[in-house]
Amino acid sequence: MTFFRQLWAIILKDLLSELRSKEMVISMCLFAFLILIIFNFTFDIAPDSIVGSAPGILWVAFIFSGLMGLGRAFGGERDRGTMPGLLLCPVSGWGIYLAKLIGTFIFMAIMEVFTLSLFSVLYNVSLISHFFPIVLILFLGTLGFAAVGTVFSAMSATTKTRDVLLSILVFPISVPMILASVKATGMVLDGKTLAEAFSWLKILIAFDMLFLLLAYLTFDYILEE
Amino acid sequence: MNNSNKTGPIIEARGLVKKYGFKTVLRNLDLTLEKGDFLALFGPNGAGKTTLIRILCSLAYPTSGKVTLAGYDTREEREDLRKIIGVISHHTYLYHHLTAFENLRFYGRMYSVSDLKERIEELLELVGLKLFAHESVHTFSRGMEQRLSVARAIIHDPQILFLDEPFTGLDQHGAEDFMELLQGFRRQGKTVLMTSHDLDRGLDLCTHAAILNAGRLVFQKDRCQVQAEGFRQIYFERTKTSTPGLSVTS
Repeated sequence: MTFFRQLWAIILKDLLSELRSKEMVISMCLFAFLILIIFNFTFDIAPDSIVGSAPGILWVAFIFSGLMGLGRAFGGERDRGTMPGLLLCPVSGWGIYLAKLIGTFIFMAIMEVFTLSLFSVLYNVSLISHFFPIVLILFLGTLGFAAVGTVFSAMSATTKTRDVLLSILVFPISVPMILASVKATGMVLDGKTLAEAFSWLKILIAFDMLFLLLAYLTFDYILEE
Repeated sequence: MNNSNKTGPIIEARGLVKKYGFKTVLRNLDLTLEKGDFLALFGPNGAGKTTLIRILCSLAYPTSGKVTLAGYDTREEREDLRKIIGVISHHTYLYHHLTAFENLRFYGRMYSVSDLKERIEELLELVGLKLFAHESVHTFSRGMEQRLSVARAIIHDPQILFLDEPFTGLDQHGAEDFMELLQGFRRQGKTVLMTSHDLDRGLDLCTHAAILNAGRLVFQKDRCQVQAEGFRQIYFERTKTSTPGLSVTS
């Protein structure tokens, strides 16, 4: 029980800090908005071909905007000088990782809801009929991205080139997750069932489990100096 | 919440060596403190004081050597050890967008403090911030932040306190208020290790005084064996090799 109380304390603290400072979610949403606008004006996408482009546009917005949030997961603690205070608490590295992962996931989910709503309006695509499959793919994709990103956010937080390093580390490793998410989203938007997209979902599930396990095994060492 | 049931010296460091690349920061350092001791550790910048504190409170590991606090090994029993220590630094470890109450509530939950609300009110009263409980920390002065940082560090009633240059950035009033809080720790019989550049204040508080220079303890005595003026002279003698003098040319 203590573990879950500590987990909740860290998540609540991060949510409360974000609610007051509005540093992260607004920047992420604004960035996603700009990406959607740029795509909308740059490519003259015909209504009948939108299904082919939509998954790519959406996941580019999610991943690039999400990266801003990832950088703050541990970078914020380092910048404020609160990281030693957190590390001095009697909580395992895995506990800190999980709390930061959940926090990042929540911030990304808020950004994704905003992005999907805006996408639906700008590109005149109805997502209501695909609601549950899309939510499942978003859940698995976002979890995988946050799982990888939280590990690298902790690793890169102490470096001067934190943001550059985070992008360089996260993008290559996230390729299988991004590919699977884009393909699965495309199939669902194309009217196919989740069962037909299951081969891509299996990759997402395996990716999520692999990186959660890696974080469980290594995060105590990552937090060491 | 004194969870330790182990016996022996409360702080014991044996053969501590810390290297960062080719630079050796601590050189075969031994240190023992008994329960209730208040050690003031002085030394010039770069002597290794902060590194020593980071190792003792398990934020860093020595290259070689071993540290136990109340019998807990800093490497093997880190989570248990952290329940019995509190750290006050010139960094306050406070979240500026949260209020004083919310900061203490966060740390209290992390340490599973029982009757948390009462404990927070008691601590805010102790550090003189009860009226500011629901104000954001970013509106606080440096002195107020440092007093709240004391409340943060002792919220779980730790047996051992590490203070890393706690007077940094405090004005005279802030420093005097802070001195009173530290004297309170001494009266309560807490074991304290404080690093400081302020010889007078350090000597006023401590039961033992030590000087660290270039990673070695070059002086360590009971406070009663040390005269303030004599100590000042000893300090400059023992540390002069690492502090090049200013040369003023006209």
